Amino acid sequence: MIRKIFPHPFLSVTLGILWMLLVNRLALGSLVMATILAIIIPHASAAYWRARPRLIRPLALLGYIGIVLYDVILSSFAVAKIILVMPSAQIKSAFITVPIDLSSPEAITVLAGTITMTPGTLTVDIAADRRSLLVHSLHAPDPEAIRDQIKSRYEARLKRIFA
Amino acid sequence: MIGAGLDILIAALLVLGGVFGLVGSYGLLRLKGAMQRLHAPTKASTVGLGAVLMASAIGAGSTQEILVTLFIFLTAPLTALYLAKTLLHRHITPAELPTAAGGADWAAQSPAQPPVAQKD
Repeated sequence: MIRKIFPHPFLSVTLGILWMLLVNRLALGSLVMATILAIIIPHASAAYWRARPRLIRPLALLGYIGIVLYDVILSSFAVAKIILVMPSAQIKSAFITVPIDLSSPEAITVLAGTITMTPGTLTVDIAADRRSLLVHSLHAPDPEAIRDQIKSRYEARLKRIFA
Repeated sequence: MIGAGLDILIAALLVLGGVFGLVGSYGLLRLKGAMQRLHAPTKASTVGLGAVLMASAIGAGSTQEILVTLFIFLTAPLTALYLAKTLLHRHITPAELPTAAGGADWAAQSPAQPPVAQKD
């Protein structure tokens, strides 16, 4: 029964929270509207949600977001330093191949987005067989270290979150 | 007293945002080559924008800034990815790139293939 009303519980919760943030005030009317939207939109867009992304540990996602935000802030300063003080000749940019073990498209998307948002690295492309990402690094004196950091810091965590 | 502290916090966040925005734009000028330049706006500007949005959220006591931040985080990587893929298509040869694990082509440079069937 509850499955029928909420076929995609995470989507419903996300939509409800989005609506409450959007109206920017905690009132009964807004809560009712949030509930209505959380029920209607997943049904209306059901055709696009054929494969439901499976989260094993949804709460671990919060920890992941925290780590990414922390890294974004820290490494922004690093990139600012490179832009402001490092002589052009010393900036060693490099393309790096990162082999990935994640299989679900959602998990790969999150990993690729994370790599782009954390300053200093940028996801450029995915291999045709979906088993490696092409990453460009602004300053990579040691490409292996960057690849290992992506794998251990982000991918390992995503593997625990997504099925 | 608390009001003054808040004002100082908001002012500091605004200055931080401005500085990072400026650094990001300066990076566009200074870095060499399209791939390097792609780093400047997606990066430094993210924190700059985040700081301005936080200042706005604290100053106005509103939650909509959280949504703006969320959508920036969702859309900025896509813009960067499309720019990078275009570069890969038009200006970078496979010889300039490292090989993928298992020797597969990079998607932007592989010959057209039928789309992978999605599992139901």
